[in-house]
Amino acid sequence: MMDALIDTHNQPALAIQGLLRKLLESGAVEALLVPMALPAGNTTPMLVTDPAALDQAQPLAPLLPINAARAASQLTLTGHTSKLGLVLRACEIRALVELVKFQQAKLDNALIIGIDCLGAYPVADWQAAPDREKALEQMLAQAPGGDLAPVAGLEFREACRICEQPLPEGPHVALTLGLVGVESGQLYVQARDDLAQALELTPAVTPAGAPAGRKAACDKLVATRTQARDEAFAALRARTNSMDGLLAEFSTCIRCHNCMTNCPICYCRECIFHTPTFEHESQLYFQWAERKGSVRLLSDTLLFHLTRLNHMATSCVGCGVCTEACPVDIPVGTLFRSVGQQVQAIFDYHPGRSLDDAAPVQEFREDELTTLGERPRS
Amino acid sequence: MAEEFEPRIIAFLCNWCTYTGADLAGTSRIQYPPNIRIIRLMCSGGLDPVYVSKALLEGADGVLIGGCHPGDCHYQSGNYKARRRVAILQTILQQMGFDPDRVWLRWISASEGQYFADTVSAMVAALKEKGPNPLKGVGAI
Repeated sequence: MMDALIDTHNQPALAIQGLLRKLLESGAVEALLVPMALPAGNTTPMLVTDPAALDQAQPLAPLLPINAARAASQLTLTGHTSKLGLVLRACEIRALVELVKFQQAKLDNALIIGIDCLGAYPVADWQAAPDREKALEQMLAQAPGGDLAPVAGLEFREACRICEQPLPEGPHVALTLGLVGVESGQLYVQARDDLAQALELTPAVTPAGAPAGRKAACDKLVATRTQARDEAFAALRARTNSMDGLLAEFSTCIRCHNCMTNCPICYCRECIFHTPTFEHESQLYFQWAERKGSVRLLSDTLLFHLTRLNHMATSCVGCGVCTEACPVDIPVGTLFRSVGQQVQAIFDYHPGRSLDDAAPVQEFREDELTTLGERPRS
Repeated sequence: MAEEFEPRIIAFLCNWCTYTGADLAGTSRIQYPPNIRIIRLMCSGGLDPVYVSKALLEGADGVLIGGCHPGDCHYQSGNYKARRRVAILQTILQQMGFDPDRVWLRWISASEGQYFADTVSAMVAALKEKGPNPLKGVGAI
């Protein structure tokens, strides 16, 4: 790994575009998955092979329209041979790591390019913002100090507000592009040696490693976010720790399955909720109504959420695309993360941290949970 | 006088151990309460938590999951997988305001007919103490 600092001439977007272009031109990668600007003021991940197209690359735009780990899965799963660079935020990298464990993505010919996440806004809010360029400038100006507050008139997505892992981390990240805790006008680049060569980087002057201020700024950011997270979890738990509270929280659910469709961890080709298991004979609904006096339709709303929790909460990376996808504004993501925190703690599991940790639903240990199932001592 | 509350228990029992243990209880004419509705599975490791949740949401007062003792699984490791899933399920139920103690996991071998009967008796007694599942009459879920 090589650590370098690049002078951005206060145009970090251009500097990043330049680095990405070099990756393509040098042949270090043959294609890039990267957020690209669209005329409507939003961005979307696109697969780019033409270096000239990269002047529309906007990896710093504060948007997460989808978790691009899903796109990475599509690009790498079957017969993929060309060298691919994946420009991702931390939560997308964590989701991708989980998908690799579940054999839904391959990193054989792909390298992860992680970019510091300065927070993201709901897409529609960002599109409606009066001066996006100025807003982005403000966000970038906050990065050196690590105080990432939303710009005037906008609110971060809730998942971002409580995200305590906003920076790319781990040995699976081949190239890191850092802004948090980096002096204004500079871009911190940490590159695998072959990429450092392709990018013609020169090592940062002594001492080696990340810029001096980066750790302090990151710690500050993490502390702020952790506090916001704990407050959000506490408030949510107070609301949902009773049956009535829980029913109230999901009361408006229209069972559209958007949260599941958009979840990067919910990868099943055939979700059980889309199988004949849940195509009930009409008579059954009448039986249920008979038994309880009435039955909610569409049926199995709460069962859907409970089941999703059982299936994926151990690997929930907290990206919050489920919350953004919810048409009736249920804070699904925060709820899943808060429950996820509890189930992950049983196995001391950190989703997305490392490709070497098996996911809790993938393995077991003979010497764990040994009291569960045993005859109670009288 | 109101009728005494009789809990209804859905039991998911593995074919090789607990179901056979229940069979032994029957053939040995060991008495146990009739509050249990048994669903036979090939392995406790084959039980998706969706069915446990469904039983609870539909108003079952308790769910009993029975498998082979650790190390004795007919398929080597199914019961260890079941154990993880139950740990996850109970944690989720706890977090969401359900009573996780309505879900019991018990290792009961094919030779433990008496223990099977005792387990059902104990579960019925525990559920009588808890009272009916609060979701019993709730249709809007």
